[in-house]
Amino acid sequence: MASALTTNMDTPRDAEFGDYYELLKPRVMSLVIFTAFVGLIVAPVGVHPFVGLASILCVAVGAGASAALNMWWDADIDRIMARTQKRPIPSGRVTEGEALSVGVGLSIMSVAMLGLFANWLSAGILAFTIFFYAVIYTMWLKRLTPQNIVIGGAAGAFPPMIGWAIATGSISVESVLMFLIIFMWTPPHFWALAIFRNEDYVNADVPMMPVAAGTASTRRQIWWYTVLLTPIAIAPAFTAIGGAFYLVVSVALSIIFLKSAWVVSRRDDAAAAADKHQAEVKLFKVSLIYLFALFTAILIQSALKTAGYAWALV
Amino acid sequence: MGAGLMDGREEHELHKRRKGRNMAVGGVLLAFVVLLFGVTIAKMGDAVIKPDLAWGESQ
Repeated sequence: MASALTTNMDTPRDAEFGDYYELLKPRVMSLVIFTAFVGLIVAPVGVHPFVGLASILCVAVGAGASAALNMWWDADIDRIMARTQKRPIPSGRVTEGEALSVGVGLSIMSVAMLGLFANWLSAGILAFTIFFYAVIYTMWLKRLTPQNIVIGGAAGAFPPMIGWAIATGSISVESVLMFLIIFMWTPPHFWALAIFRNEDYVNADVPMMPVAAGTASTRRQIWWYTVLLTPIAIAPAFTAIGGAFYLVVSVALSIIFLKSAWVVSRRDDAAAAADKHQAEVKLFKVSLIYLFALFTAILIQSALKTAGYAWALV
Repeated sequence: MGAGLMDGREEHELHKRRKGRNMAVGGVLLAFVVLLFGVTIAKMGDAVIKPDLAWGESQ
Protein backbone atom coordinates (compact mmCIF):
# COMPACT_ATOMS: atom_id res chain seq x y z
CA MET A 1 0.00 0.00 0.00
CA ALA A 2 2.71 2.41 1.07
CA SER A 3 4.78 1.56 -2.01
CA ALA A 4 1.78 2.13 -4.28
CA LEU A 5 1.26 5.59 -2.80
CA THR A 6 4.95 6.42 -3.16
CA THR A 7 4.94 5.31 -6.79
CA ASN A 8 1.88 7.38 -7.57
CA MET A 9 3.37 10.44 -5.95
CA ASP A 10 6.67 10.01 -7.80
CA THR A 11 5.15 9.82 -11.27
CA PRO A 12 4.14 13.17 -12.79
CA ARG A 13 0.81 11.71 -13.88
CA ASP A 14 -0.76 8.31 -14.46
CA ALA A 15 -0.67 7.04 -18.02
CA GLU A 16 -3.96 7.13 -19.84
CA PHE A 17 -5.24 4.25 -21.94
CA GLY A 18 -4.38 6.13 -25.15
CA ASP A 19 -0.73 6.31 -24.05
CA TYR A 20 -0.52 2.52 -23.91
CA TYR A 21 -2.29 2.31 -27.26
CA GLU A 22 0.34 4.62 -28.73
CA LEU A 23 3.03 2.13 -27.65
CA LEU A 24 1.63 -0.24 -30.28
CA LYS A 25 2.47 2.13 -33.18
CA PRO A 26 -1.09 2.18 -34.60
CA ARG A 27 -0.01 3.51 -38.01
CA VAL A 28 2.42 0.64 -38.58
CA MET A 29 -0.27 -1.72 -37.29
CA SER A 30 -2.65 -0.56 -40.04
CA LEU A 31 -0.21 -1.78 -42.73
CA VAL A 32 0.18 -5.09 -40.89
CA ILE A 33 -3.60 -5.54 -40.61
CA PHE A 34 -4.11 -4.72 -44.28
CA THR A 35 -1.41 -7.03 -45.69
CA ALA A 36 -2.38 -9.89 -43.36
CA PHE A 37 -6.01 -9.41 -44.40
CA VAL A 38 -5.05 -9.61 -48.10
CA GLY A 39 -3.04 -12.79 -47.47
CA LEU A 40 -6.03 -14.32 -45.70
CA ILE A 41 -8.67 -13.31 -48.25
CA VAL A 42 -6.79 -14.35 -51.42
CA ALA A 43 -5.86 -17.77 -49.99
CA PRO A 44 -7.64 -20.65 -51.75
CA VAL A 45 -9.16 -21.96 -48.50
CA GLY A 46 -12.17 -20.27 -46.89
CA VAL A 47 -12.17 -19.25 -43.22
CA HIS A 48 -15.18 -18.53 -41.02
CA PRO A 49 -15.47 -14.72 -41.08
CA PHE A 50 -15.44 -14.39 -37.29
CA VAL A 51 -12.45 -16.69 -36.89
CA GLY A 52 -10.68 -14.74 -39.67
CA LEU A 53 -11.43 -11.44 -37.92
CA ALA A 54 -10.24 -12.73 -34.56
CA SER A 55 -7.06 -14.12 -36.14
CA ILE A 56 -6.22 -10.84 -37.89
CA LEU A 57 -6.74 -9.10 -34.55
CA CYS A 58 -4.14 -11.43 -33.02
CA VAL A 59 -1.66 -10.53 -35.78
CA ALA A 60 -2.32 -6.80 -35.18
CA VAL A 61 -1.84 -7.16 -31.41
CA GLY A 62 1.34 -9.21 -31.98
CA ALA A 63 2.71 -6.47 -34.25
CA GLY A 64 1.74 -3.87 -31.63
CA ALA A 65 3.48 -5.88 -28.92
CA SER A 66 6.73 -5.97 -30.88
CA ALA A 67 6.42 -2.19 -31.37
CA ALA A 68 6.08 -1.74 -27.58
CA LEU A 69 9.23 -3.85 -27.06
CA ASN A 70 10.99 -1.72 -29.69
CA MET A 71 10.00 1.47 -27.83
CA TRP A 72 11.18 -0.03 -24.52
CA TRP A 73 14.62 -0.92 -25.90
CA ASP A 74 15.06 2.24 -27.99
CA ALA A 75 13.87 4.74 -25.36
CA ASP A 76 17.40 6.19 -25.08
CA ILE A 77 17.70 7.07 -28.78
CA ASP A 78 14.02 8.02 -29.08
CA ARG A 79 14.78 10.85 -26.62
CA ILE A 80 17.42 12.19 -29.01
CA MET A 81 15.64 11.96 -32.37
CA ALA A 82 13.15 14.71 -33.22
CA ARG A 83 10.89 12.22 -35.03
CA THR A 84 10.47 10.04 -31.91
CA GLN A 85 10.67 12.50 -29.01
CA LYS A 86 6.90 12.63 -28.61
CA ARG A 87 6.55 8.85 -28.16
CA PRO A 88 5.04 7.74 -24.83
CA ILE A 89 8.32 6.86 -23.06
CA PRO A 90 10.51 9.86 -24.08
CA SER A 91 7.64 12.24 -23.28
CA GLY A 92 7.31 10.70 -19.80
CA ARG A 93 3.76 9.40 -20.16
CA VAL A 94 4.66 5.71 -19.84
CA THR A 95 7.58 4.19 -17.92
CA GLU A 96 10.05 1.79 -19.57
CA GLY A 97 8.93 -1.02 -17.26
CA GLU A 98 5.30 -0.54 -18.26
CA ALA A 99 6.22 -0.70 -21.96
CA LEU A 100 8.16 -3.94 -21.37
CA SER A 101 5.19 -5.46 -19.52
CA VAL A 102 2.75 -4.45 -22.26
CA GLY A 103 5.10 -5.82 -24.94
CA VAL A 104 5.77 -9.18 -23.28
CA GLY A 105 2.17 -9.66 -22.11
CA LEU A 106 0.60 -8.91 -25.48
CA SER A 107 3.22 -11.01 -27.33
CA ILE A 108 2.36 -14.12 -25.33
CA MET A 109 -1.39 -13.48 -25.54
CA SER A 110 -1.44 -12.83 -29.29
CA VAL A 111 0.62 -15.92 -30.19
CA ALA A 112 -1.34 -18.23 -27.87
CA MET A 113 -4.70 -16.94 -29.09
CA LEU A 114 -3.72 -17.18 -32.78
CA GLY A 115 -2.64 -20.79 -32.21
CA LEU A 116 -6.01 -21.58 -30.65
CA PHE A 117 -8.11 -19.55 -33.13
CA ALA A 118 -6.38 -20.62 -36.37
CA ASN A 119 -3.40 -23.01 -36.35
CA TRP A 120 0.06 -23.32 -34.83
CA LEU A 121 1.92 -22.64 -38.10
CA SER A 122 0.50 -19.10 -38.29
CA ALA A 123 1.11 -18.66 -34.53
CA GLY A 124 4.68 -19.87 -35.01
CA ILE A 125 5.33 -17.36 -37.80
CA LEU A 126 3.82 -14.59 -35.64
CA ALA A 127 6.07 -15.58 -32.70
CA PHE A 128 9.10 -15.58 -35.02
CA THR A 129 8.07 -12.17 -36.42
CA ILE A 130 7.88 -10.65 -32.92
CA PHE A 131 11.23 -12.22 -31.99
CA PHE A 132 12.79 -11.05 -35.26
CA TYR A 133 11.62 -7.45 -34.86
CA ALA A 134 12.26 -7.07 -31.13
CA VAL A 135 15.48 -9.07 -30.75
CA ILE A 136 17.19 -9.53 -34.14
CA TYR A 137 16.36 -6.06 -35.51
CA THR A 138 15.86 -3.75 -32.50
CA MET A 139 18.38 -5.18 -30.04
CA TRP A 140 21.01 -6.53 -32.41
CA LEU A 141 21.11 -5.15 -35.95
CA LYS A 142 19.71 -1.61 -35.66
CA ARG A 143 22.75 -0.14 -33.91
CA LEU A 144 25.27 -2.52 -35.44
CA THR A 145 25.09 -2.42 -39.23
CA PRO A 146 23.80 -0.20 -42.07
CA GLN A 147 22.14 -3.37 -43.39
CA ASN A 148 19.79 -3.11 -40.36
CA ILE A 149 16.59 -2.43 -42.24
CA VAL A 150 17.49 -4.71 -45.16
CA ILE A 151 17.49 -7.74 -42.84
CA GLY A 152 15.05 -6.27 -40.29
CA GLY A 153 12.57 -5.62 -43.10
CA ALA A 154 11.70 -9.31 -42.97
CA ALA A 155 9.71 -8.64 -39.79
CA GLY A 156 7.37 -6.30 -41.64
CA ALA A 157 7.10 -8.73 -44.54
CA PHE A 158 5.68 -11.70 -42.63
CA PRO A 159 2.04 -10.51 -42.08
CA PRO A 160 0.64 -11.55 -45.53
CA MET A 161 2.37 -14.90 -45.05
CA ILE A 162 0.68 -15.23 -41.63
CA GLY A 163 -2.69 -14.32 -43.20
CA TRP A 164 -2.18 -17.01 -45.85
CA ALA A 165 -1.14 -19.56 -43.17
CA ILE A 166 -4.24 -18.74 -41.08
CA ALA A 167 -6.42 -19.83 -44.00
CA THR A 168 -4.40 -22.69 -45.48
CA GLY A 169 -2.19 -23.88 -42.63
CA SER A 170 0.70 -23.89 -45.10
CA ILE A 171 3.29 -21.79 -46.95
CA SER A 172 3.22 -21.54 -50.74
CA VAL A 173 4.85 -19.69 -53.64
CA GLU A 174 2.12 -17.00 -53.53
CA SER A 175 2.67 -16.21 -49.85
CA VAL A 176 6.44 -16.21 -50.32
CA LEU A 177 6.06 -13.70 -53.19
CA MET A 178 3.91 -11.41 -51.01
CA PHE A 179 6.63 -11.66 -48.35
CA LEU A 180 9.35 -10.82 -50.89
CA ILE A 181 7.44 -7.77 -52.18
CA ILE A 182 7.46 -6.12 -48.72
CA PHE A 183 11.00 -7.36 -48.00
CA MET A 184 12.44 -5.75 -51.15
CA TRP A 185 10.26 -2.65 -50.78
CA THR A 186 11.53 -1.85 -47.27
CA PRO A 187 15.08 -0.61 -48.13
CA PRO A 188 14.06 2.04 -50.72
CA HIS A 189 11.16 3.11 -48.48
CA PHE A 190 13.26 3.55 -45.33
CA TRP A 191 16.36 4.93 -47.03
CA ALA A 192 14.27 7.69 -48.60
CA LEU A 193 13.22 8.61 -45.04
CA ALA A 194 16.79 8.17 -43.75
CA ILE A 195 18.12 10.65 -46.33
CA PHE A 196 15.78 13.46 -45.34
CA ARG A 197 16.03 12.58 -41.63
CA ASN A 198 19.79 12.00 -41.77
CA GLU A 199 20.59 14.48 -39.00
CA ASP A 200 18.38 12.56 -36.55
CA TYR A 201 20.21 9.30 -37.14
CA VAL A 202 23.64 10.97 -36.94
CA ASN A 203 22.70 12.51 -33.57
CA ALA A 204 21.39 9.20 -32.25
CA ASP A 205 24.44 7.32 -33.60
CA VAL A 206 22.28 4.83 -35.52
CA PRO A 207 24.27 3.51 -38.50
CA MET A 208 21.59 3.95 -41.16
CA MET A 209 22.90 3.61 -44.71
CA PRO A 210 23.24 7.39 -45.37
CA VAL A 211 25.15 7.76 -42.07
CA ALA A 212 27.50 4.81 -42.65
CA ALA A 213 27.97 4.74 -46.44
CA GLY A 214 27.04 8.29 -47.41
CA THR A 215 24.00 9.55 -49.28
CA ALA A 216 25.51 9.01 -52.78
CA SER A 217 25.83 5.27 -52.17
CA THR A 218 22.37 5.16 -50.54
CA ARG A 219 20.81 6.83 -53.58
CA ARG A 220 22.38 4.24 -55.88
CA GLN A 221 21.18 1.40 -53.64
CA ILE A 222 17.64 2.82 -53.55
CA TRP A 223 17.61 2.60 -57.33
CA TRP A 224 18.94 -0.98 -57.51
CA TYR A 225 16.60 -2.29 -54.82
CA THR A 226 13.67 -0.73 -56.70
CA VAL A 227 14.87 -2.41 -59.92
CA LEU A 228 15.11 -5.77 -58.12
CA LEU A 229 11.67 -5.23 -56.58
CA THR A 230 10.00 -4.76 -59.99
CA PRO A 231 10.01 -8.39 -61.26
CA ILE A 232 9.05 -9.63 -57.78
CA ALA A 233 6.09 -7.21 -57.69
CA ILE A 234 4.92 -8.36 -61.13
CA ALA A 235 5.53 -12.10 -60.54
CA PRO A 236 2.27 -12.79 -58.59
CA ALA A 237 0.40 -12.00 -61.85
CA PHE A 238 1.52 -15.42 -63.10
CA THR A 239 0.51 -17.38 -60.01
CA ALA A 240 -2.84 -18.61 -58.68
CA ILE A 241 -3.58 -15.22 -57.05
CA GLY A 242 -2.73 -13.19 -60.17
CA GLY A 243 -4.23 -12.36 -63.55
CA ALA A 244 -4.44 -9.74 -66.28
CA PHE A 245 -5.77 -7.04 -63.97
CA TYR A 246 -2.94 -7.45 -61.48
CA LEU A 247 -0.41 -7.58 -64.30
CA VAL A 248 -1.50 -4.21 -65.71
CA VAL A 249 -1.71 -2.51 -62.29
CA SER A 250 1.62 -3.89 -61.00
CA VAL A 251 3.45 -2.80 -64.19
CA ALA A 252 1.94 0.70 -63.98
CA LEU A 253 2.77 1.06 -60.26
CA SER A 254 6.30 -0.23 -60.81
CA ILE A 255 6.91 2.39 -63.53
CA ILE A 256 5.79 5.17 -61.13
CA PHE A 257 7.98 3.82 -58.30
CA LEU A 258 10.99 3.35 -60.62
CA LYS A 259 10.61 6.92 -61.89
CA SER A 260 10.62 8.38 -58.37
CA ALA A 261 13.61 6.23 -57.35
CA TRP A 262 15.49 7.25 -60.53
CA VAL A 263 15.01 10.96 -59.74
CA VAL A 264 16.37 10.42 -56.21
CA SER A 265 19.30 8.36 -57.48
CA ARG A 266 20.39 11.07 -59.95
CA ARG A 267 20.50 13.91 -57.38
CA ASP A 268 23.18 14.95 -54.93
CA ASP A 269 22.86 16.49 -51.47
CA ALA A 270 23.22 20.05 -52.77
CA ALA A 271 20.21 19.63 -55.06
CA ALA A 272 18.27 17.94 -52.25
CA ALA A 273 19.06 20.71 -49.77
CA ALA A 274 18.06 23.36 -52.33
CA ASP A 275 14.48 22.10 -52.57
CA LYS A 276 14.25 20.72 -48.99
CA HIS A 277 14.41 17.04 -50.07
CA GLN A 278 11.32 17.27 -52.23
CA ALA A 279 12.20 14.23 -54.36
CA GLU A 280 13.11 12.09 -51.32
CA VAL A 281 9.89 13.01 -49.49
CA LYS A 282 7.98 12.24 -52.69
CA LEU A 283 9.67 8.84 -53.02
CA PHE A 284 8.77 8.05 -49.40
CA LYS A 285 5.11 8.91 -50.06
CA VAL A 286 5.05 7.12 -53.44
CA SER A 287 6.50 4.00 -51.81
CA LEU A 288 3.69 3.94 -49.22
CA ILE A 289 0.98 4.37 -51.86
CA TYR A 290 2.75 1.78 -54.05
CA LEU A 291 2.56 -0.94 -51.39
CA PHE A 292 -1.04 -0.22 -50.43
CA ALA A 293 -2.06 -0.11 -54.11
CA LEU A 294 -0.21 -3.32 -54.96
CA PHE A 295 -1.93 -5.29 -52.19
CA THR A 296 -5.27 -3.67 -53.07
CA ALA A 297 -4.74 -4.89 -56.65
CA ILE A 298 -4.14 -8.45 -55.38
CA LEU A 299 -7.41 -8.15 -53.43
CA ILE A 300 -9.37 -6.81 -56.44
CA GLN A 301 -7.88 -9.47 -58.71
CA SER A 302 -9.13 -12.13 -56.30
CA ALA A 303 -12.60 -10.52 -56.19
CA LEU A 304 -12.74 -10.40 -60.01
CA LYS A 305 -11.89 -14.09 -60.25
CA THR A 306 -14.50 -14.98 -57.64
CA ALA A 307 -17.07 -12.92 -59.58
CA GLY A 308 -16.16 -14.97 -62.67
CA TYR A 309 -14.70 -12.34 -64.99
CA ALA A 310 -12.78 -14.39 -67.55
CA TRP A 311 -10.62 -11.44 -68.64
CA ALA A 312 -9.23 -11.21 -65.15
CA LEU A 313 -7.46 -14.52 -65.73
CA VAL A 314 -4.15 -14.81 -67.53
CA MET B 1 -2.72 9.46 3.53
CA GLY B 2 -1.02 10.47 0.33
CA ALA B 3 -4.21 12.05 -0.97
CA GLY B 4 -4.22 14.41 2.00
CA LEU B 5 -1.15 16.11 0.59
CA MET B 6 -3.00 17.17 -2.52
CA ASP B 7 -5.73 19.71 -2.78
CA GLY B 8 -9.25 18.59 -3.68
CA ARG B 9 -9.02 19.53 -7.35
CA GLU B 10 -5.87 17.51 -8.04
CA GLU B 11 -7.37 14.46 -6.37
CA HIS B 12 -10.50 14.80 -8.47
CA GLU B 13 -8.53 14.91 -11.73
CA LEU B 14 -6.39 11.95 -10.70
CA HIS B 15 -9.43 9.83 -9.97
CA LYS B 16 -11.14 10.92 -13.17
CA ARG B 17 -8.12 9.91 -15.24
CA ARG B 18 -7.83 6.56 -13.48
CA LYS B 19 -11.53 5.94 -13.91
CA GLY B 20 -11.18 6.54 -17.65
CA ARG B 21 -8.29 4.09 -17.84
CA ASN B 22 -10.11 1.45 -15.79
CA MET B 23 -13.21 1.77 -17.96
CA ALA B 24 -11.09 1.29 -21.10
CA VAL B 25 -9.35 -1.79 -19.65
CA GLY B 26 -12.78 -3.12 -18.67
CA GLY B 27 -13.99 -2.54 -22.23
CA VAL B 28 -11.01 -4.42 -23.66
CA LEU B 29 -11.64 -7.36 -21.29
CA LEU B 30 -15.31 -7.44 -22.23
CA ALA B 31 -14.40 -7.39 -25.94
CA PHE B 32 -11.98 -10.26 -25.29
CA VAL B 33 -14.75 -12.32 -23.66
CA VAL B 34 -17.07 -11.62 -26.63
CA LEU B 35 -14.25 -12.58 -29.02
CA LEU B 36 -13.63 -15.91 -27.26
CA PHE B 37 -17.35 -16.65 -27.14
CA GLY B 38 -17.78 -15.82 -30.84
CA VAL B 39 -14.81 -17.93 -31.93
CA THR B 40 -16.03 -20.84 -29.78
CA ILE B 41 -19.47 -20.74 -31.43
CA ALA B 42 -17.91 -20.40 -34.91
CA LYS B 43 -15.47 -23.27 -34.38
CA MET B 44 -18.05 -25.64 -32.92
CA GLY B 45 -19.76 -25.43 -36.29
CA ASP B 46 -22.29 -27.81 -37.77
CA ALA B 47 -21.66 -30.74 -35.45
CA VAL B 48 -23.23 -28.91 -32.53
CA ILE B 49 -25.70 -26.68 -34.32
CA LYS B 50 -27.23 -29.61 -36.23
CA PRO B 51 -26.87 -32.63 -33.93
CA ASP B 52 -29.84 -34.43 -35.52
CA LEU B 53 -28.26 -34.30 -38.97
CA ALA B 54 -24.99 -35.69 -37.64
CA TRP B 55 -26.89 -38.50 -35.92
CA GLY B 56 -28.92 -39.21 -39.06
CA GLU B 57 -25.81 -39.42 -41.22
CA SER B 58 -24.18 -41.90 -38.92
CA GLN B 59 -27.14 -44.32 -39.16
